[in-house]
Amino acid sequence: MIEMNDVWKTYKNGIKAINGIDIKINKGEFVYIVGPSGAGKSTFMRMMYREEKPTSGKIIINGKDVGKMKSKNVPRLRRDIGVVFQDFKLLPKLTVYENVAFALEVIEENKAVIRKRVMDVLGLVNLKNKARFLPDELSGGEQQRVSIARAIVNNPVILLTDEPTGNLDPETAYGIMDLLDEINNRGTTVLMATHNKDIVNSFRKRVIAIEDGLISRDEARGEYGYED
Amino acid sequence: MKIKTFGRHNKEAFKNIGRNGWMSFASISAVTVTLLLVGVFLTLVLNLNAFGDQLEEDVEIRTFIDLTAEKAQQDELKAKIENISEVKSVTYQSKEEGLDKLIDNLGDQGEVFESLKDENPLSDEFVVKTTDPQDINDVADQIKKFEYVENVEFGKDTVNRLFKVLEISRNVGLGLVIGLLFTAMFLISNTIKLTIVARRTEIEIMKLVGATNWFIRWPFLIEGVLIGIFGALIPIGVLIYGYYFLTDLISTRYPTFFIDLLPVTPFVYQLSALLVVLGMIIGVWGSLTSMRKFLKV
Repeated sequence: MIEMNDVWKTYKNGIKAINGIDIKINKGEFVYIVGPSGAGKSTFMRMMYREEKPTSGKIIINGKDVGKMKSKNVPRLRRDIGVVFQDFKLLPKLTVYENVAFALEVIEENKAVIRKRVMDVLGLVNLKNKARFLPDELSGGEQQRVSIARAIVNNPVILLTDEPTGNLDPETAYGIMDLLDEINNRGTTVLMATHNKDIVNSFRKRVIAIEDGLISRDEARGEYGYED
Repeated sequence: MKIKTFGRHNKEAFKNIGRNGWMSFASISAVTVTLLLVGVFLTLVLNLNAFGDQLEEDVEIRTFIDLTAEKAQQDELKAKIENISEVKSVTYQSKEEGLDKLIDNLGDQGEVFESLKDENPLSDEFVVKTTDPQDINDVADQIKKFEYVENVEFGKDTVNRLFKVLEISRNVGLGLVIGLLFTAMFLISNTIKLTIVARRTEIEIMKLVGATNWFIRWPFLIEGVLIGIFGALIPIGVLIYGYYFLTDLISTRYPTFFIDLLPVTPFVYQLSALLVVLGMIIGVWGSLTSMRKFLKV
């Protein structure tokens, strides 16, 4: 599903973000990406959906060489990958329904298909009753569930989440984890970059630690392993 | 592209223009001013060009034949002139025809010359035209050396001076127009940059969920084109009306005005089409510039 062979990334300003990473993540896995700030977690994930190109090395997503991919094929790749951020990135003037539907509209999906899929996914994240609300009228946890709904409405095979619980209180964070677990159980590969020690230690999954652009630890049912 | 998608892009483009109302207004005004000047300038240049062509067409060498020349000698001279390779045509004009023409050209004032008909002071002449008006000097020099040529006459200097003036005004106008086109383009690109900044979250999400690059670009391109078209509307109205007014004024008040203006139709339609196309080009150009810089899709 996801494979990296000797991947390096040096930014134009000279910062070495990734210094030779080899990794293999199988379909259906749930993986935490942990490590200090600035260790390369975000770059690691951004390279998967070709927001960044590796300086050298090979990244295979779903059988495709992402680094060598032509720009015109990048949209196709991104339809297979859902992305969720700490700050939700919802469109404030659109309702919950419209925010989720937006992801399908811009890839020119049929209206009937959009309606069905959006209602399904809003059911999954338990927000059907708030479909007409604006993002401002929702709590942080609800907003994050909308952004997750938007990321998975297209049935991606991979879900990348960058600190999805970063802005949420512990209880809400647990709710988000249950949701991600559920999505994972349906067969989606989930990667989650996080600083949340409690969550990593209580929902035990594979843990990949990145430090100074290198994988320092890769454990099947690992712990967070940092004191912060 | 699906029709529905095209409809969406158009709607987005209009929304963008509304969202940055004042900036859009500024760029539309810039396009308006630019195209108005381009239009006035083009009207002038095209009319002057037509006038110049007409003058060039009129450039001819009048070869006055010596009074002592007999018919045979005249024919010989004609053959010699026709033999010069740059010569297009040689027409004989007797002194009687010459006088009639003169009287005709002068209109009412010509009548005073009627009395001269008995004692015609003119000479018989050959009217020589060259294939290329530029060769007229050389040809005149050659003809001058022939026997039985009393004198040659041609209006080259006047024509040359006029062409010089034409060329200078054309270059100055062109420079001005190019500068204005750049200004308008820059303003459009700035307006679209504002739109792009205002919608950056939206664009980011579109990219993330896999919208194609052109799907993201289209609304901005249409926005540029719309600004260009809106900017062309006022200049077109003003120029059509102005040109009608001007031709009307000249034909009723100054019927003897020395320049024939280009006929109103199809000229105003051609000019309008050109202005719309120019507006669209500036618009597309402006949006492409801002997209390249600010929309790394």
